[in-house]
Amino acid sequence: MPTVAFTRALERFLQAPPADVGGATVGEALGAVFASRPTLRGYVLDDQGGLRRHVALYVNGKPVRDRARLSDPVAASDRIYVFQALTGG
Amino acid sequence: MADRIYVGTRKGLFEIARQKKGAWAIADVHFLGDPVSALLSTDGALYAALDLGHFGTHLWKREGNAWRELGVPTYPPKPDDATDDPHPWSLGKIWALEPGFVSGRLWAGTMPGGLFRSDDAGESWKLVEALWMMPERKQWMGVAGGEQPGISAVLIDPRKPDEIRIGVSTAGVWVSHDAGKSWRIMNRGGMYNEYMPPERREDPIAMDIHRLARCAAHPEVVWCQHHNGVFRSDDSGLNWSEVTAIKPSKFGFTVAAHPHDRNTAWFVPAIKDEKRVPVDGKVVVARTRDGGKSFDVLHNGLPQRHAYDLVLRHALDVAADGATLAFGSTSGGVWISEDGGDNWTAPEGRLPPINAVRFAA
Repeated sequence: MPTVAFTRALERFLQAPPADVGGATVGEALGAVFASRPTLRGYVLDDQGGLRRHVALYVNGKPVRDRARLSDPVAASDRIYVFQALTGG
Repeated sequence: MADRIYVGTRKGLFEIARQKKGAWAIADVHFLGDPVSALLSTDGALYAALDLGHFGTHLWKREGNAWRELGVPTYPPKPDDATDDPHPWSLGKIWALEPGFVSGRLWAGTMPGGLFRSDDAGESWKLVEALWMMPERKQWMGVAGGEQPGISAVLIDPRKPDEIRIGVSTAGVWVSHDAGKSWRIMNRGGMYNEYMPPERREDPIAMDIHRLARCAAHPEVVWCQHHNGVFRSDDSGLNWSEVTAIKPSKFGFTVAAHPHDRNTAWFVPAIKDEKRVPVDGKVVVARTRDGGKSFDVLHNGLPQRHAYDLVLRHALDVAADGATLAFGSTSGGVWISEDGGDNWTAPEGRLPPINAVRFAA
């Protein structure tokens, strides 16, 4: 099962531990996490279901291609990592 | 007597408490480091909208001493045929949070222009679809020309809670008489917008409503700090007349209306609009007590040399007593008056840039 891990920067607001989940695409894997942690969804995705502009999502160390529909396929051994580069003063 | 003030800043929520007459101090800090875009204190609860940037907008509520996260206004899926909509269907920020004067009802005015309603004290929110789906909404303009439109003010008549008026930057004043089921533009005449092309300057939808405030005891009296000056309406926002006596300048973002006296209101003017700093580097509050015919320029206790504080739309408030006032600036200044603005005091400390100031209800 793909593993989904989240930046520790989220721990200020809510729990977001790594999870082994089902799913054949990035979107399905994230959806499986959000099913058990619905509040987390709004921190990662915008209202239309795409990745928030400043949130990055990597699969096995490479950036996801489809940020709007999250259709990139994932295999059982894949590692999904959700993070962001904090900016601003 | 008002004795507690909440200050929403770019780096957290600060709680200021009255120690004794004329003396206030920062008593608590919440969400340190996180931008707070809007605040509401009502029914013993405090609501704080966090505008986290990377991680979106989130709404928190404090009852007693415990904070918890609520549901957040969420825009519906954008239909495939809505390609001509110039504005995103995704929550930008919560800009105005107001009580609905019906048990559990709250209103949230947002960027990019959606109004949301809660009937369960903020646990869940529904987009007011009749407003969002109006064809005219596509003509709404972004704040400062390029950004998203925002609902900067939501006015509810406590006696008629289904009657809602909103001020939009930039789209004029809109009204619903049926709790949001139908809407029409309201401001018929009296306002103008200098920065628009000549043929659009008096178009009601072209009005940049920085902030609206109404007299609670006389809700038909509405004051507007508009991009182009100060306006007053005596018929709940239908017809407006310009208040030309405002001084030292007519530009500004904010206004507070006296809760009982229909003729009294406060403004914090600045040099228009390409500079946006206080006139002559002096922080002052302009107060009228005669319906806008004349103004006092109040400065006792406010910085009068090289002060470049700008006061944003939601950063001035008057307490229910009509005498205690507070405002905060983009330079982090906070000033409090207990005598209607004649004298001001500042709590010790240097705060981050301030978005919102609200007295505890």
